[in-house]
Amino acid sequence: MTDKKPVPLEFEQPLQMLAQQIEALENQLQDQPELADDIDRLQEQYEKLRRSLYSNLDPRDHLQIARHPQRPYSRDYFERWDENWVELHGDRKGMDDPAMVTGLVDLGPYRVVVVGTQKGRSLRDKQQCNFGMPQPEGYRKALRLFKHAEKFGLPIITIIDTPGAYPGMAAEEHNQAEAIAVNLFELAGLKVPVVAIVTGEGGSGGALAVGVANKVLMLEHSVYSVISPEGCASILWRANDKVAEACRAMKMTAKEIKELGVIDEVIPEPLGGAHHDYDVSAANTKKAIIKQLDNLTKMSGADVRADIQKKFRQIGAFVED
Amino acid sequence: MDLKEWFANRKKKPPVEEVKLPLATDEYCALWKQCFQCRELLYTSVLIQNQHVCPKCQYHFRIGAWERIQQLADTGTFKEFDAGLVSSDPLNFQDTDTYVNRQKEASRKSGLKEAVITGECEIEGERSCVGAMDFGHFGGSMGSVVGEKIVRLTEFALEHRLPLILVSSSGGARMQEGIFSLMQLAKTSSALKDLSDAGLMYISILSEPTYGGVTASFAMLGDIIIAEPGARIGFAGRRVIEQTIRQKLPADFQTAEYLLKHGQVDMVVARTDLKMKLAYLIKFHAGPGVADLNSEAPTNPVGERESDRKPVTR
Repeated sequence: MTDKKPVPLEFEQPLQMLAQQIEALENQLQDQPELADDIDRLQEQYEKLRRSLYSNLDPRDHLQIARHPQRPYSRDYFERWDENWVELHGDRKGMDDPAMVTGLVDLGPYRVVVVGTQKGRSLRDKQQCNFGMPQPEGYRKALRLFKHAEKFGLPIITIIDTPGAYPGMAAEEHNQAEAIAVNLFELAGLKVPVVAIVTGEGGSGGALAVGVANKVLMLEHSVYSVISPEGCASILWRANDKVAEACRAMKMTAKEIKELGVIDEVIPEPLGGAHHDYDVSAANTKKAIIKQLDNLTKMSGADVRADIQKKFRQIGAFVED
Repeated sequence: MDLKEWFANRKKKPPVEEVKLPLATDEYCALWKQCFQCRELLYTSVLIQNQHVCPKCQYHFRIGAWERIQQLADTGTFKEFDAGLVSSDPLNFQDTDTYVNRQKEASRKSGLKEAVITGECEIEGERSCVGAMDFGHFGGSMGSVVGEKIVRLTEFALEHRLPLILVSSSGGARMQEGIFSLMQLAKTSSALKDLSDAGLMYISILSEPTYGGVTASFAMLGDIIIAEPGARIGFAGRRVIEQTIRQKLPADFQTAEYLLKHGQVDMVVARTDLKMKLAYLIKFHAGPGVADLNSEAPTNPVGERESDRKPVTR
């Protein structure tokens, strides 16, 4: 995947144009060696623009990067954390949801159980994964793995990149809401540490169902929100073109949520987004996880549970008369 | 007054200026109400007497939190908790209007400070913790305050070893508090985990409508889940699902009866029977069943209550 050139996003167009100019000049370099100076100048300009562009992103731009079709997904991380990782399948009740990937990963210092949402790369893949929206069976599969981890005393790492839980007829009949609720309920009572990383979109309850953790981390360009900005815009503004406003109003970027004190750490991404370098992204996340586990694994089971409950007990903004 | 005069007076009447006053739910109801289902005209006081259930077709009207508490609690036993909690608008949220204004408007319409009322009361003499949501306030949405009130109620139930009853009626999480609203799902579920592990009883009652983040957290975590007849309950809204799967859904989709058929709720109970049913369930689960599961031999036989073990006189 990384050998493919990153597809530019809307706001990256000026950068793209400059890159094309440089490329065109480079092609003529053999015939006209005096162009070398121009190229250097343009290169310099390009780097400058790149830096300024990515340091002044609008929340909407973060959303676009978080949804980039080439963004690394759960499997890409698991493979890079441990090339011999083992995938485990099925909820044991009748289905294996491809939108939820679960397995066993050896991080080196720690053996962990991993659970992550999966969006799918090819069209066929995407359809099978419902574009990263898990069915109730996916959440029950995750729950099975949480229990597995607790039984064997293994820490749990979850990856969140989902627009939300799948809103389908069968999903409702199989009780999507209960599947999510039970995960929230059970995660809060585990005696093994949980670290959750939002790597792309953290979409509402469907994301939180694997996101109740002792430590919640977010990648620099990822987003986390109570409703999709499209949904928010259509409900509150009654207009589909107010997505950028909704993104701003909801304070959904990693940096803003960190400032609100809801998450614990923002993990830096390679310049331009995680899709520019899968290996660096995987290494960054792995380092962050190990750092968190170094502290969490020192706690007793009862302390781990108390810690997670205390963490969520405190979240809320209200005043008392 | 003759007829002519009466007409003349009527014309002279100055146009009534609309004065925005807080409307309590009682005032809101006119003298007569039409049933949404069978179109029968109902005298409001009869309707109230019948707990807002149409006497003809059993249609259950939506009711507010205070009416719900009045119906469930024994008269004069309800003590409200945390009435003073209000949201602090952590995001400075603004869409076409500010969140602060929208809150004021919601309070004016509903006469409430927040979308849930919590407290302690007796139900047929059984001391219980009760929380009732009000769809009329901000669509019953759950923000920081609703989450906090429910958690505090749960903690009170845990501390005093009381059964917990929550009546849900909500459109889901409150968008205007963004990520804070979402985290209330985890917060309430986590508190209920403690309650459950302590062996205490939680009965969830789902009323029209219960959706989104509320269904996906405490509403679906009851040891026993009761739905009101005809209530619509689900995770995603009907329109969203129809747009996603591009097909029409059955007419009874997401109704209480549909959920019962699909194994998602324990029972559908008419509002007029609800209090008796709750009292029965609370009494049934009170006291030790098999006293201590960890001790080697049960100290009292299965299902026997302490109160039943009176000396037998022949």
